[in-house]
Amino acid sequence: MGVGPSGAPRAAPRALLLILTLLLAAAVPAAGQSTRSASPEADSGGEVTLRVGIQQEFDSLNPFLGFSLASTSVFRLIYPTLTTYGAEDFSVVPELATDWKSSADKLSWTFHIRQGVHWSDGEPVTAGDVAYTFNRMMDDPAAATANGNYVEGFTSVTAPDDRTVVIRTTSPQATMRSIAVPIVPEHVWSSVDDVAEFANQRMPIVGNGPFIATEYRPQQFLTLRANEDFWRGTPNVDRLRFVNFENSDAAVQALRKGEIDVVRDLTPTQFDALRGAENIRRVRGKGRRFYEIVLNPGAANSAGEPIGTGHPALRDPRVRRAIDRAIDREVLVERVLGGYGTVGAGYLPPIFEDYYWTPPPRARRPFSIESANRALDEAGYPRGPDGARHGPAGRPLDFEFVLHGDSSTDALVGEFVKEWLSRLGIRVRLRPVSDNQVNQRTTAGDFDMVVSGWSVNPDPDYVLRLQTCGARPKPGGGGLPDSFLCDRRYDELYARQLAEFDHSERVELVERAQRRFHRMATGLILFYPNALEAYRSDRFAGFMLQPTEGGVITAQQGYWGYYRARPTEQARAASGGAGYRSAAFVIVGVALLGAVVLASVAARRRRTAEHRE
Amino acid sequence: MTDTRDEFETSAASTGPPPLLRFVAAKAGGGVVSLFLVAVLGFFLFRVLPGDPARTMTRSTPVSAEQLAALRHRFGLDQPLYLQFRDFVIDLLHGDLGTSYIYNRPVAELILERVGPTVLLVGTATVLAVLVGLWMGARAAWHQGGPVDRWFTSVGLTLWSVPTFWLGLLALMAFGVGVGPLPGLFPVAGMSSANVPAGVVPHVLDVAHHLVLPCLTLVAVIYAQFMMVMRTSLLEEMGAEYLTTARAKGLREDLVRRRHAVPNALLPTVTLIFLHLGLVVAGAITVETVFSWPGLGLLTYEALRVPDLPLLQGTFIVLAGSVIVMNVLAELVYRLLDPRVRDS
Repeated sequence: MGVGPSGAPRAAPRALLLILTLLLAAAVPAAGQSTRSASPEADSGGEVTLRVGIQQEFDSLNPFLGFSLASTSVFRLIYPTLTTYGAEDFSVVPELATDWKSSADKLSWTFHIRQGVHWSDGEPVTAGDVAYTFNRMMDDPAAATANGNYVEGFTSVTAPDDRTVVIRTTSPQATMRSIAVPIVPEHVWSSVDDVAEFANQRMPIVGNGPFIATEYRPQQFLTLRANEDFWRGTPNVDRLRFVNFENSDAAVQALRKGEIDVVRDLTPTQFDALRGAENIRRVRGKGRRFYEIVLNPGAANSAGEPIGTGHPALRDPRVRRAIDRAIDREVLVERVLGGYGTVGAGYLPPIFEDYYWTPPPRARRPFSIESANRALDEAGYPRGPDGARHGPAGRPLDFEFVLHGDSSTDALVGEFVKEWLSRLGIRVRLRPVSDNQVNQRTTAGDFDMVVSGWSVNPDPDYVLRLQTCGARPKPGGGGLPDSFLCDRRYDELYARQLAEFDHSERVELVERAQRRFHRMATGLILFYPNALEAYRSDRFAGFMLQPTEGGVITAQQGYWGYYRARPTEQARAASGGAGYRSAAFVIVGVALLGAVVLASVAARRRRTAEHRE
Repeated sequence: MTDTRDEFETSAASTGPPPLLRFVAAKAGGGVVSLFLVAVLGFFLFRVLPGDPARTMTRSTPVSAEQLAALRHRFGLDQPLYLQFRDFVIDLLHGDLGTSYIYNRPVAELILERVGPTVLLVGTATVLAVLVGLWMGARAAWHQGGPVDRWFTSVGLTLWSVPTFWLGLLALMAFGVGVGPLPGLFPVAGMSSANVPAGVVPHVLDVAHHLVLPCLTLVAVIYAQFMMVMRTSLLEEMGAEYLTTARAKGLREDLVRRRHAVPNALLPTVTLIFLHLGLVVAGAITVETVFSWPGLGLLTYEALRVPDLPLLQGTFIVLAGSVIVMNVLAELVYRLLDPRVRDS
């Protein structure tokens, strides 16, 4: 390479060397920290930070605006709600409200507000704050953005005294015990003129919950510190940090390396890969989601006018039920979810034990291609000479199946279903499209079959309402339809459960509604995927799960997981002195940089000397 | 009156403004027109995207049809397209890029927040890639057909063809987590740690530490194009007579290459570098996604998923704008570098 007789120094390689050394210097701060066990936080004085990897952005820290799961789970930690869901079994337990009762006509609710509770700036939390929050949502459309659905049935909210709130509603609502609206301090928010433009990023955010938000760097992290004055008691960890990851594999690697302590929303593959990993415990919880195939039963808008392009044969419940029989859910759970899920049938997932319903033996539709074929023969959909079935009018059973293009689950489900239905003489054309298109086509009724699914709240009212006539889109567009079921009997059961205040009576009505939904077979519930999480067992001894049996850490309807997290002795011991150590690395790094600069200056001087000769 | 006459006399005397100024003005004017066209194109392009932003945004919370209608109204999506377009153009002319649907914050503010990290990542990577690429290209051409040439070219082209996403994940596994005896040296995500000691030096080191993996990934993927252009243009100079003259003067081979051949071969490369500078901002999207780097690319990616129309239009204008600005700069710099273009 070097041709010069005097072995002249070459400028370019030296530049390269310089770059390499710089990179090395940048690596130095990590060299010590990244042992195979968890890297300790640079906390001082034995403080412990719980670091949670999340794969979603905070859309807004303003509780009136934030929709994303990331944001709403933070609101639960920093703002109070009237009631919350208990850790054991999702039963409604007191939070800011110590007790509540409804009037005889079921139209008026009185909540008593906990005394001696203070906002993080020292002001007392009063009934006035509660009334202010709800009234703002009722009066100011911008404040109704995220949670407006909760106050739609309210006629008035008043605070007769500092510890009493009275809410009047237009009709009886069993959902009044679980109003998941974050209560905000009036003395802070009354000066906010335009809620829609208010980012609520002034730290620390004045709130009242187990944690107080103290530092936010968009797309990087949000840090909260323990609220020492929390009325339930100080949390076990000193800080809680949500760290953003755009890439779930990176989040898993960060967990392995000890850069974060908890990771959520794992895929079955990632979950399996973490089996036996050192210092990592996996948590397989029941999920809140159901996964369904919607069969277009003849979509119509709220005025009853037919819309969309649904295949006429699917309007026949017998065809829908035959299709249901041709789907082997056991195979789907095994092959698509890697076994991490529960076979579906009823509308609500098994995590909610009270409402979970499975069809009685008589109503079940077990997998059987023969019985499905027989049902179609009897219903008058004969096979043609080529084996393809056609309807009474001669139109072949040829369905378009709309899938989420970026979902591998959908792709696999699509292939399986296509294969099974081909054995019935039904042709299925798979149409993977973007999430947005799935939404658009669902709302417009432009599908024969489409994948759908919802996360269910402990109170099932919201998902139950999706199947009512009222959920159908308005003639001008809009609305939130799911399966376009519009059934008088279902709607009646829905209305009755909403007005039923006795829990066991309501459970009974909800089960009957699910039974009706199953009978109509407009939405075929395939499975309920598990919620897969993992955490560093060298830093945390355990978390309070919700529910206690088969529950989850992060995807809770409450703050129990973070609030009751138990750090290990090792985590407490390791955290002391880390600040000093990283300072040492910084010094080494600087020293290395200095050495490189000196060396390159020296080399330059030597070279100029040589040329001067 | 006198003023006008004075002006008239001056311009009459010297046939208009100096040619360089006129050239710059023409180029800049062209750039502004292109930018405006891009903005208009963006408006319609993103409205072709299927989907309802209000519905996508709210999919993880229970909302009522009324809430969705209110959201659409606030976004102006219930207006006819020509009215939306009119508002968009008026706002744009006032320098207002609108308010993001997702974040409820001015688009300009969001972009300003994220432009720094992207410039840091892309800038560092481009500087390194240019240095490495040019050096390797020069070496490869000088030893054309030899082992150095073959080695440099094949490695460079292989890295250039590798999908960025995959390469990033490999780097993340190997250097972020550690493989076998190799410890994980670099953080796997983000731009800074929350727990560094206060002060400027620790912060700079912390960011540098986070920068290494995304930056190396980007360098590995892009340096080959600089190398190949440098190699080709140097090969063209190789047979030139002025090199023979230089050798005849008794210059060492090393100096012949460095002082005579390379400067002449640099010209086409400069154009490429500037054209590339505009594109890398957009090209950083994948790298930013792999390493969760809080930059513009990531912002675009987030916006596209909803689709957050104002944010998409904003990032589109910025990304396209950077290409246009760099194009204009490339022409100007080329003029300065090459006397032949300047004089003509």
